[in-house]
Formats: sequence, structure tokens, C-alpha cells
Amino acid sequence: MGWTRKVLRVDLTKGTCKSEPLNMQWAQEYLGQRGLATKYFVEEVDPKVDPLAPANKLIMATGPLTGTMASTGGRYSVITKGALTGAIACSNSGGYFGAEMKFAGWDMVIFEGKSPKPVYLSIQDDNAELRDAAHLWGKTVWQTEEIIKKTHQDTQIRVASIGRAGENGVMYACVVNDLHRAAGRSGVGTVMGSKNLKAVAIRGTKGAGGIRDGKAFMQATVAAKKVLADNAVTGQGLPTYGTQVLMNVINEMGALPTRNHRDVQFEDARKISGEAMHEKRPTDGKAQLVTNAACFGCTIACGRISKMDEGHFSVVNKPEYWGASGGLEYEAAWALGAANGVGDLEALQYANLICNEDGYDPITFGATVGAAMELYDLGILTKEQIGMEAPFGSAQALVKLSEMTAKGEGFGKELGLGSARLCAKYGKPELSMGVKKQEFPAYDSRGIQGMGLAYATSNRGACHLRGYTVASEVLGIPVKTDPLVTEGKADLVKAFQDATSVFDSAGVCVFTTFAWTMADLQPQLDAACEGGWSMEKLTLLGERVWNMERLFNNAAGFTAKDDDLPPRLKTEPAKTGPAKGKVNGIDVMRPEYYKARGWDDKGVPTKETLSRLGL
Amino acid sequence: MQKSLYIDANKCTGCLQCEMACSYENYGVFNISKSRIKVFNFEHAGRRVPYTCTQCAEAWCLHACPVDAIKLDALTGAKVVNDATCVGCKVCTIACPFGTVNYVAETGKVQKCDLCGGDPACASACPTGAITYVDANWTGLDKMQQWAGKTDTQPRANG
Repeated sequence: MGWTRKVLRVDLTKGTCKSEPLNMQWAQEYLGQRGLATKYFVEEVDPKVDPLAPANKLIMATGPLTGTMASTGGRYSVITKGALTGAIACSNSGGYFGAEMKFAGWDMVIFEGKSPKPVYLSIQDDNAELRDAAHLWGKTVWQTEEIIKKTHQDTQIRVASIGRAGENGVMYACVVNDLHRAAGRSGVGTVMGSKNLKAVAIRGTKGAGGIRDGKAFMQATVAAKKVLADNAVTGQGLPTYGTQVLMNVINEMGALPTRNHRDVQFEDARKISGEAMHEKRPTDGKAQLVTNAACFGCTIACGRISKMDEGHFSVVNKPEYWGASGGLEYEAAWALGAANGVGDLEALQYANLICNEDGYDPITFGATVGAAMELYDLGILTKEQIGMEAPFGSAQALVKLSEMTAKGEGFGKELGLGSARLCAKYGKPELSMGVKKQEFPAYDSRGIQGMGLAYATSNRGACHLRGYTVASEVLGIPVKTDPLVTEGKADLVKAFQDATSVFDSAGVCVFTTFAWTMADLQPQLDAACEGGWSMEKLTLLGERVWNMERLFNNAAGFTAKDDDLPPRLKTEPAKTGPAKGKVNGIDVMRPEYYKARGWDDKGVPTKETLSRLGL
Repeated sequence: MQKSLYIDANKCTGCLQCEMACSYENYGVFNISKSRIKVFNFEHAGRRVPYTCTQCAEAWCLHACPVDAIKLDALTGAKVVNDATCVGCKVCTIACPFGTVNYVAETGKVQKCDLCGGDPACASACPTGAITYVDANWTGLDKMQQWAGKTDTQPRANG
């Protein structure tokens, strides 16, 4: 079956927890996790809802492969209307929490309403109860997990929680599980905080059973693991360098956004690269990287475990940050580093630790610091307003600002707004580098044209995980396309978006797609789940999920005007590198994309398209 | 040739494929809470360490059992719990110095690693070679070879 067929519905207003059967008809049409939970969400929530109002809901959902031996089968997603964007939000996380939810016997947990006081949800198999969290409110993610394990006298509990960022209304707060894995983007943690829900603590001992055909499933998962092991990216590049393998590659392409996208190449890229994380520091003779690590069930193991230089100014006399902990991934290293011109790897790692500890998104935070530094550079923000000198490249400012943001201290309160609200407040909305109020990740769309379209049309705002055409335009997966042209990118973006929707609905990690195609996923799903999961059924499902999200956003008030890039990327050509002289051709690609999608010129799916997709 | 599980924690990524394989082999379900091998995460040291029964030659669990429910499998060297005989008294769980015999409340019996009859599922499932099943007399061979490789400190005659 793949599914546990049980949904836990938690009414935070009333303080009740109820079990209900999973809608199996929807499961056949939307699979699980992103697709299925979004179906529940759009059926139950008014698209016009204020993201921070009790009427918004928040769903934590697993996929049918979560908790199984399928490689990377440990994912869960948090679905809600995003605080940062006001669009549909779906943030995906690894670690061990998702599998534990499955082991406790739940496909998903739906949170509705708002608790009158801080609570956390405790799940032990069938038993779920809301418990008082007064003693946890104000605590960091790391403290919260420790206290919960102590309270329950159980070290095997898995915890997902919000930190002080989620409590204090930082608009891009995350839900963090297992200390340093996060459902990171769009402010899903902000929504959780608005509901007075501090944490979810799960211990599951029932396991993931009911695989439709056990023998076929084991054969399919073994074969798929071999594909990952034999692939250069998933078998060697990612385990060795993590996603940070990209830093030097993207910089050389002239697609590394630098100093709030003023530049496309960063002179200190090498210093903050995956290679640099391997190098011994001159100060203490040790490399920052300690080891790689895997999430539940993952045979790639791209995760970074790092240790800071104890003598670095950010952690001198702070031994609590000297131990091994989650290290820099590419997007975080870019946002905390290149985006604001900081080339100090230790400062980046410190800010990364604070993001994990206090539960906020390093991409949006780093990009917002970059925007603030540009406002400072232009003289719009002063030293007095920020509380310090904040020129591009200042590691001191990055470190100090990271400490102030979750707590809402001084200028940290304004950084907590995200760059769109911050730049609008100071009369320079065009300096926010993002789409739908969500900041770009680490690829400049002047040097990788397809990513401009992927950002502009992403249903959750600017994002690399909704249609990663970098795979094709840079790495040649599945086929190499020219990153500097717009031709063919509409179809490419659509194909990536639809395929990713399937992987995000299955319970596996999108990083498998460096090696897997749908043909590698399909036999695993078909062996696990009832219902005959053919390639055709999956392909249609991916497109259905994408259009369902689009319909929600359209109903929420988004229009074609929101499928656009900031003027900088359309009018200020790249200054250096292979893309020198280029701007992004979004205005050429957008109509082509609408056509490829079967949408009208306003970006609305036509009746024929909806009928073809069963929407 | 008798074989033995050999664990190299430096290669472990903490993916728990071994725990899932163990539970699937023994219970037909992916359920790490039923696994006989456990991976421990020493977070601040950045170490993940798989641990299970080492099949002691002088097995304290076997000697402690009052009903002789734990027997030596002569072929594999494993000390194997016979569920039909086990009365769930848990004396073996006290006797074992390493904590690798554990009570299962649902069945009222104890469980421990039995080497899967000579084809341990954990070793097959491990993607990094952190868990291997090797010649019991030469579990140190791999490490010896690594150190041997580091002894090349003499300048060679022909440079």
C-alpha cells in the first residue's frame, strides 16, 4: 500500500487530535507528500486567507516511499500558505523526522486553528496529544529538542520545531528537524509560530509496512541505488563536496550572483567553496569539514558536518559552537557569502549555525543582508539605523546581524521582514532580488537563462527546487542545453517542474534526479503502492500537481505580472564572464511557457488543460 | 571459513539502511525500532557509529540463559535465540556487557543479531562499506593494509 492510510487532524483552537482515514481516491490522483497534502490544503483553505490567521492550515506530510528502503526515502514536506510570499508553500526536509512520522503510523498531520497558548504535539504511535510548551517558548531549536527528549526520557524521539525566529515573526522562519535539517523556505515556520505550535515530537515503533510487492520493491530499490552509486554526481561529487561542489563551477560560468546581483562573479568564490571546506586552515591546521552525512535512507550522503575554527572572532569564548554540526550547503554558502560579498568561510559557517539554531532560512536571510548592504552603500540606510558599519564584504556585520535577527533586536527586526518588504519600506522595491517576495537562490539568470523562467514561474516564489534547469544548462543532465539562450527553455522548465512535482510527492529527495529519471522512480512506486503506477500516470500527476498549485495562487490574487524578474536582471547586463553583456530574456520565454503549459496569455490554465488533467 | 561482521565507523553516514534491512529481514517491515543493529549519532563529535552483537566466543548471554534458549550456530558462530524456548526472563540482557541483547515487549522474547544465517542483511544494505562480513580471523586485515600503506617512509634506491 505504501500509505499508512491514516491522517492525524489537530485542532489547535480546541486542543483536539483526531484520526481520520486517508482519502484514497485523492491518493491515486496526487500520490503523497507535496501533491496529496496540497490537494487537502486547497480543498480546505480559502486562497485569500491571511497566512498568519488561524484560518490558514499547516500540513506535515510524508510520501509513500518515506520510511522505506528506497534510497533517500526519508522526506517530508510542510504545506501551507507561505508567510513570506502569500503563495502556496511547500518546503521539503530530510533528516529522520519524516520517517518517524511514517513509523508512528501517519501519512500526514493537519494543523488547523490557533492554540490559545504555546503547545507542542507529542505523537507516540497511535497516541497523539498536545502538551504545554510554556517552558519551550523562547528556546532555540537545539534547546527544544534536548528538553523534549529529557522530558519524555527517550533519546529516540525525533523533533521538528521552530526557533525564536518562528516565535518572533521573522517572515522566513523554518521548521527545523533533527537539529540541522529544515523545511526552509517561504516562512512555513512563521505560520507554525503564528499558531503557537512550538514543536512536533514523534516516536514511532510500528514501521513502514504493507509494501504491495515486497520482492519487486527490494529489486527495484537495489537497482535504483546502483544507479546513484555509479553516477559521477550522486556517487562521487555530492558525497565528497556536497552541493558546494557547485561554487567554483557556477562562478566560472559567470552565474554566481554577487553583492545583491550587482556582479555575476565573486572574487572570493574559491575561499567559500566545497574545496575550501576540505583544506586545512592555517590558523588551527584543521579542515572545516569533518565528514559527510546522510539523511534517513539516503545512499548519496551529501550532508556536511563541520567544525568551526575555535579562534575565529565569531566563536571565541563560545564553546557551545565548537562541536561538530551541520555545515554549509551551496545555497547557504552563496547567500551568506557571495550575495553580500563576504569571503570569510568561518563567518559563513557561524551564520549558518545560527540559522539552524534559531530556525530561519539562510537563503532569504543572506539575500536580505545583501539588499541591506546595497541600501547602506547607496546611503539610504545609515550606520545609526543598522547599528554598525555594513559595507559589502563585512563579515563582522554578517555575524552580528545573524545574532540579532531571530531575536528581533534593533535592525534585526527589519531584516526579519525579508528583502521585498525591507526594500519597499525604504523606497527601493526594485532592489529586492526575488520573485513573489521570495529571494533568488544561487544562480544568476543572466548566465543561466532557463533559471530566470523557472524562478519567475515557480509556484512558491523564486526557488531552485521547483525546476532545476541548472542540471541541463550546466551539468548536461539529462541533455546539455546552452545556458545563454532562451530557445527551448519553456519546454525545459515545464519538464523539470512537472518531474520534480512527482519526486516531491513520492517521499524521495530531488537530488536523486541528478542520476534518476522517472523511469528509475516508477518501478519503486509501482512495487510499493497499489493502483498501477505507470510512467503515463506519474507524468500526468506531475503536471496536475503543478496546475493545482497555480490555480491556488491565481485565486489568491497572483497574476501574470507576478511571473516576472526584478528590473536589474532584465536591464543591467552581466559585467564579466561568459554571460558578459547578457540580460535575462524572461519576456521572451514567458509567453512560450504559458503556451507550453496550455495556459492563456494571462497565465490562467484553459478549460481544455484543466479537463485533460482532471482538475 | 567462519566470517564475522566488521564495522568501520569512519565510513558510516548514518543513513540507517542497515537498520531497515535488519527489521525487514526479521519482521518483513521497515521498522528501525525492531532492528538488532543500531547506528548511534555522536553529534558533537561528528561521528556515526553502527553497533551490534560481536558474537563473543565465551557468550555471557548463552551461559546466563536458564532455559538454554540461546544456542551456538556452529556454521556461522552466531549465538542464536530460539524463540520457542525463550521465556522472556531477560537475564541475558543483564548478562551481556554490551547491551546487544534486548527484550521485545510485543513478542515477550529477547532478540539479538543472528548473522541472518550467514548472509547478514545489514552488510548487504550498507552503501559505504561501513559494515562488511569478512573472514572472522582477519577482521583487522583492512586496517592493517591501510597502515601498511603508510610505512613507505624510506627513500628508494633509485629515487
